[in-house]
Amino acid sequence: MAIMNFGKQMLKNLFSKPVTTSYPAEPYPYPERSRGHVVIDIDKCISCTICALNCPSDALSVDRQKGTWTINRFDCIACGYCVTKCPKKCLSMVPGYQEPMGAKSEETYQRPPESMVKPVPKKPTAAKPAAPAAKPAVPVPAASAEETADGTKEEA
Amino acid sequence: MNGSSTVNKTRTVVPFGPQHPVLPEPVHLDLVIEDERVIEAIPNIGFIHRGLEGLVEKKDFQEMTYVVERTCGICSFQHGMGYVEAVEHIMNVETPDRARHLRTIWSELGRLHSHLLWLGLLADGFGFESLFYECWRIREHILDLHEMTTGGRLIFSVNTVGGVLKDMTPEMLRKILDTLDEVARDVRVVEKTFLYDYTVQSRLKGVGVLTKQQAHDLGCCGPFARASGIACDMRKLGYDAYPYLDFEPITSNDGDSYARCYVRLMEVYQSIDIIRQVIGRIPEGDIAVPVKGFPNGEYFNRVEQPRGEAYYYVKASGKKTLDRLRIRTPTFANLAGLTETLKGAEIGDVPLLILTIDPCISCTER
Amino acid sequence: MAEVIHGIDEIRVVPKEELLLAVMTLKNENRRLAQACAAYVNGLVEVSYTFADDEAYQLVHLRVVINPDDSIPSITPFFPIAVFYENEMSELYGLRIDMMEGIDYHGRLYRIEKEAPFRPEVKK
Repeated sequence: MAIMNFGKQMLKNLFSKPVTTSYPAEPYPYPERSRGHVVIDIDKCISCTICALNCPSDALSVDRQKGTWTINRFDCIACGYCVTKCPKKCLSMVPGYQEPMGAKSEETYQRPPESMVKPVPKKPTAAKPAAPAAKPAVPVPAASAEETADGTKEEA
Repeated sequence: MNGSSTVNKTRTVVPFGPQHPVLPEPVHLDLVIEDERVIEAIPNIGFIHRGLEGLVEKKDFQEMTYVVERTCGICSFQHGMGYVEAVEHIMNVETPDRARHLRTIWSELGRLHSHLLWLGLLADGFGFESLFYECWRIREHILDLHEMTTGGRLIFSVNTVGGVLKDMTPEMLRKILDTLDEVARDVRVVEKTFLYDYTVQSRLKGVGVLTKQQAHDLGCCGPFARASGIACDMRKLGYDAYPYLDFEPITSNDGDSYARCYVRLMEVYQSIDIIRQVIGRIPEGDIAVPVKGFPNGEYFNRVEQPRGEAYYYVKASGKKTLDRLRIRTPTFANLAGLTETLKGAEIGDVPLLILTIDPCISCTER
Repeated sequence: MAEVIHGIDEIRVVPKEELLLAVMTLKNENRRLAQACAAYVNGLVEVSYTFADDEAYQLVHLRVVINPDDSIPSITPFFPIAVFYENEMSELYGLRIDMMEGIDYHGRLYRIEKEAPFRPEVKK
């Protein structure tokens, strides 16, 4: 039994640098696997609705006629199941969490009209950027390719 | 309440919780008080009931993995694992060896962070703030490992029926070993304070004693029961990579709050040791096997969570969705033990005693 | 290397009348009540009680199949902690349980907002 056992550590903590960082002034280095949010490469999307059907929290909706892909980022639980399920591998999980907002909102992405003419486009060439309604997507880092490669093994 | 009459002492009912500064979880207790002593405690739950068991009728069995995992933020991986293994057992899926080893690493990392969280909360419970921050600082390293290997700090989402979704690279395993060395060194410092400090001992020793027989009769489980001398650890059932590992359940015979602290602290070292053993013998190979068809049958699976044994009852009839999923979480079983330990306790010890069962109410209510 | 213990699950289906006798036998074997749950199967209710043996890591499940409107005897005389499981079953699954000794919460264990019990009325 001892008294002031923790004193030494306390003094050490008092005179050492804080372990916390001054976020957000100093950005947090996300590891490359970090599951932040889902991004879509809308040019490759074929509106198959598999992602929307399999979403555990029903955050996704796909309109086949209009060729849109809609995500409610506040319902999304970032589980990555849609990324696993996507047959064209156009979805990917990238770092960066959803920022808080005053109200729930949805983001809609429009497929380019060229890819909608043919039911299954072989290779969408000269794809136009997404419709003005869509927010500019965050650039996809090459890191997420590894995740999707793992996912291919699982096909129910 | 003024104890003027020795024969007829006044009894008062003090409602305790769901909001209380020391409680991290919304549990409500009606404490029947006589003077300063608790005569009886009646628990009430249901403040965060979400009906996850009912959701099983709407979601298909693969999707449910992600739902089950979100039962609780602390033992999330083991929730997913217990469910997935129950479904795998029904479907006769043989998980690859590497996946089983990876699951063991993740579940032990989960245990580490859960126990460190609990140690911090305990220190907060008896008013040792700097010790509380020290424990959570150590825990932060484990969370970083989670994020590095799975992408989530608490919710891993790596389980799937048939294996796991993400592999660990050799560099990651190396990093885990290095971090664990650091964690073990840091835990030594807090261990000294938790186990040998005078003030801490005076707060924990002899408080809330539960004998072995009581613990057995009340169906307690996990570290709570092991602190009362019941050497019952579901990891001995040999799921995942546990049959290849060398470990023994950690028990104590005192049955008081100090023993519960001791058991959990020693389990931190045990988990570190287990992860080192697993990394030493992890085989190469696939991490998942394809699964065909739908489950048909029923199975009771049990896994050892940081808080005790959890049951996953899965009943399926060859459809896309399951018929019934039942999760019996350790806190639900330990509630009875909690009400027993509270009897005769000082009212000042009540928050501490509630903490010693490591309550996870969001698990309990599902 | 640790010894592998194979948990063998034994499901004993017992009629409602023999439940208490079977529970008493298991109590005398010094088993622990591990869990109890109710499940709706084809319009019937399956109530499963699980008893665990801590030394051998074996489980025995007692199963009683009843009509949703029937009542089932309480096992609290033998296992007082069953009070939580039985209250849960009666509150969330609408099971009627006779002779609840100890505490009958009368629908107050789970303080939930939604209308309980949840019964699969719509689904056949």
